[in-house]
Order: sequence, then C-alpha cells, then structure tokens
Amino acid sequence: MEQVRLTTRDYSLFYGEFRALNRISLSIPANRITAFIGPSGCGKSTLLRSFNRMNELIPGVRTEGTVLLDEGDIFREDVVNLRKRVGMVFQRPNPFPKTIYDNVTYGPRVHGMKNRSKLAAIAEESLTRAALWDEVKDQLHKSAMALSGGQQQRLCIARAIAVSPEVILMDEPASALDPVATIKIEELMNSLKEKYTIVIVTHNMQQAARVSDFTAFLLTDENRAGNMVEFGPTNRIFTSPSDRRTEDYITGRFG
Amino acid sequence: MPHGRSTVKNRVENTMKTVLMISALSSVAIVFLIGFFTLKESIPAFRGIGPLNMLTEKVWRPGQDSYGILAMIAGSGLVTLGSVLIGVPLALGCAVFLAEVAPKWMAEIVRPSVELLAGIPSVVYGLFGMVVLVPLVRGIEVPGNTGFGLLSASVVLAVMILPTIASVAESALRSVPRSYYNGSLALGATRWETIWRVNIPAARSGILSAVVLGLGRALGETIAMIMVIGNSVIMPKALTGNPLSIFLSRARTLTGNIAVEISYATGVHESALFATGVVLFLLIMIVNTSARGLLKASIEGGRRK
Repeated sequence: MEQVRLTTRDYSLFYGEFRALNRISLSIPANRITAFIGPSGCGKSTLLRSFNRMNELIPGVRTEGTVLLDEGDIFREDVVNLRKRVGMVFQRPNPFPKTIYDNVTYGPRVHGMKNRSKLAAIAEESLTRAALWDEVKDQLHKSAMALSGGQQQRLCIARAIAVSPEVILMDEPASALDPVATIKIEELMNSLKEKYTIVIVTHNMQQAARVSDFTAFLLTDENRAGNMVEFGPTNRIFTSPSDRRTEDYITGRFG
Repeated sequence: MPHGRSTVKNRVENTMKTVLMISALSSVAIVFLIGFFTLKESIPAFRGIGPLNMLTEKVWRPGQDSYGILAMIAGSGLVTLGSVLIGVPLALGCAVFLAEVAPKWMAEIVRPSVELLAGIPSVVYGLFGMVVLVPLVRGIEVPGNTGFGLLSASVVLAVMILPTIASVAESALRSVPRSYYNGSLALGATRWETIWRVNIPAARSGILSAVVLGLGRALGETIAMIMVIGNSVIMPKALTGNPLSIFLSRARTLTGNIAVEISYATGVHESALFATGVVLFLLIMIVNTSARGLLKASIEGGRRK
C-alpha cells in the first residue's frame, strides 16, 4: 500500500450556484507524481488549486466535502501554514521582478528568517535541487527577468522548494515552454519526487504518460460539472483503462 | 472611376495629416515662444546683476537694486519639501488602498472624491488655508508665529498634489501583474506582506514618477501660496531652538514673487522678475524630464513580463 499524502472525499466546489467539481474522491500517494488529465474546462486546475486553497481568492467560491493533508483537514488549517506545506508552480513562469537570490529567499524571509548565512544556504540548496544552480550561481544578484522562460520556471520551482513544502502543485508547468525546456522540467520532476509529493495538471497526454506514476482522468458531465472518471497507476490508465470514456480520451477520439 | 475616387481619398488623407501636424506643432511652437520670450526679457537682469549673483544673493530689494532670489528659491524649495513630506505618505496610502485593499464599491466612491480634489480651483484652496489653517497654526505658541508661513502653505500644497500622486501611483500599482500577487500568496505570504514586499517594489518607478509629477505641480503653484505663505522676502529660519520651527517662518515662493510684483515693476526690476521665471522654468523642466524618464523606465519594466 502506498502512503497517502492528500485525500479528497466527496469533494465538491461551487462558483456561486454552478457546480464545478462534483463529489471527487481520490487519494494521492506520497513521493509520487500524480497527473490530472482531461479536456479544457473539466476542473482539473480547480481541483489542483483546492489543495492550497487558492480558489478562495475567487469571490463566491464554496466547497463541500473533505480535503485532507496527512489526515489533517486543510480547511481547518491556517491558510499561511497550509501554503508553506503545499507549494505551487504556475502555468506561466512568474518570478518577481527582483534578483534571482531575492526570488529564492522570498518565502523563507516572509516566514521570518533573517539569518544571512542560512538564507544563502537555502538559496544554494533550492537552486541545486531545481537544477538551476550551475547556470545562475555567478549571477544571483541579477534580475530574474533576464532569465529564459525555462530558467524562470525552474527558478519558480526553486522558490517553492525553498519553504520546504511536502507537496508541490504544478499547473501545466511546461505549457509555456519550448520542448528542450519542457524535457528539463520533466527530468527535474522525476528527481524531486524523492523528497516531495508532486501533483501536476497537464494537457499533454504524452507528458502525463512520461512523468507520472498515477493518473486521474476528469471529465465534465451533462451539467458541465467536473467529475473524476478514473484514477489509477499511469501504466494501467494508459494501457487498459476500465472506463470507455478514458480510452476515448487517451486515444485522441475527443478533447 | 476607382482611380478618381482614390485620388480624392488621398487628398483627404494628406489634408488631415497636415491639419493634425499643424495642431501638434503649434503646441511645440507655443512652448518655445514662451521660453524664448521669458529668456529674452530676463537678459537685462542677468546681464546687469549676473546670474550667479542673483542665484546666491539673499536680499531682494528692488528699490535699492538688490535682486537676489535665493530667499525665494529657499521658500519654494522648503514649501515643496514640506508638501511632499505631508502629501506623499497620504497619497501613497490612498493609492495602495484604492489599488489593493478597497472593495470595488468603496473604490468607486473614494476614487472620484480624490479626483475631485484636483478640480478645486487653487484660489479656493487659498481661501480655505487663510480661513481655517492659518488660525490653527497661529495657535502654536512660538514668538513671531503669525500663522502665515511655510507650515500652512505646505499643508495646503500637500492636499493640492495629493490627487496627482494618488492617481498616478494607483495606476502604477494596478499595472503590476496579478501573477506576482498569486505567486506570493502561494508561498504562504499574507496579503499585506505581498503588497509590501512584491507589489509596491514592482511599481516602484511608477510611484517615484508620481511623486516627481507632484513635485512639479507643487513648484508651480502660485495663488494659493500667496494667500497663506506670508510673502515676506526673508530667508526662512527657525523661530526657536527647534529646527522644525523653520516651517513657522514666513517666506515667499518664486511664483509668488512674480505674481505679487509684476503689476508695478519696470526696467531691471521687471527683467529680474522674468529671470525668476526662467529659474522656475528650468526647475520644473528638470523635475518633469526626470518624471518622464522614470515613467518610461516603469513602463518598460512592466513590459518585460
């Protein structure tokens, strides 16, 4: 049995009256890469953003059901603390218009760390883990905006790592990048799962097949609410899906 | 036939272009004309007194042929400084509130009210200053304090520059991409930490140019200053041991100097007033040019996604 990091039970999310996620129940294993796939609008990003409660920034959002992080109810946890434990990487690289060093150390500093040598150590460690250290170690005090898109995205991963999260959520992290940069991010994810639980939303089914250990397939029902059709080891989902709709989607018949 | 129509079209195009160009060029021409005229009229003064002499001499006594404008430069400088010290924090607080904190409905009430401040004629500000502020300031018990002076003038000016600074700073803050805000929250920062550590620094150059624009406006203000600053041509100095009491001193601004005396000035005196105008012109030009530079930098900074 896999150790479970994140669990949802009968979890639904509403935008006002509109049900965007319908009674989703799944268990995301620790130290594995779990991919959410499905056509546009199926709610996979919304589900991802539930785990660090970023949906709460949208007015009128309401939820039902349970979401657990290591058995703890995330809606009872202090949101600042939750986001320390569950980091996020966005679709478009969004480094702050600050130096590379200030980007990586932003999180620890916000959380009160002032010790310079500790911050420097965190910066080096996080950038190393994000496979960026060798490329930027001589320009830590230059603007992060001067980096390439792929480097910026790895910087954002380093920035997320720097607050030592347990989970890293990635919302189509490579969709704005070229193929070479994409491969780098995928390799990076593989090395990161040793230490972190990774949940990724992707449009790209080859990517899901390449990098993930588990896959959840989401689809909208007749009311346009997102439902989870199938969840399981990526191998099985891609070779012998148990649901007809999953098979249709992964073979490219729609979506 | 189609050929004929296209010629007509072309002619309209060309005429429009010329008309538009003339209107654009006329404003350039007016700036140059005014600059040239002011400079020309000031030449006798600069020649007779010497530019350096004028700029460094404290005594302005037209009857005795003393035309030093240092006291007025100090007056303009101090009142501008005072208005910035009071007005900038107020304006920035207002901008941050409007851009980041206020719910939409509240922003829609507050923003027009702030903009309304810009529509109040300066003479009304002057009246308000004379009737309300000056008596209040007179209540500060310091020998020689009449209420008229730099403090009253700074407060009036602070309110006058507030709308300019607040609205430019607000749009600078609004142009900060939302993705920075989300990125910071996702790292566990609170909303206030995010505004303070990400949004304000990201809008830094826009905010700075807002302040400089306010500075330019403050330097040029005339009538409201005449009404509350006391208009004595003296080097402002502290009235007590406390250096801050310099703001209770009466003073005169460069603009006020011209407006008060031009109606009866002749000869070198008149020319010296034009010279005052040239100095003012240069000061404001320096301020505005740097504001434009900063604004440009901030726009380019924003584009660099």
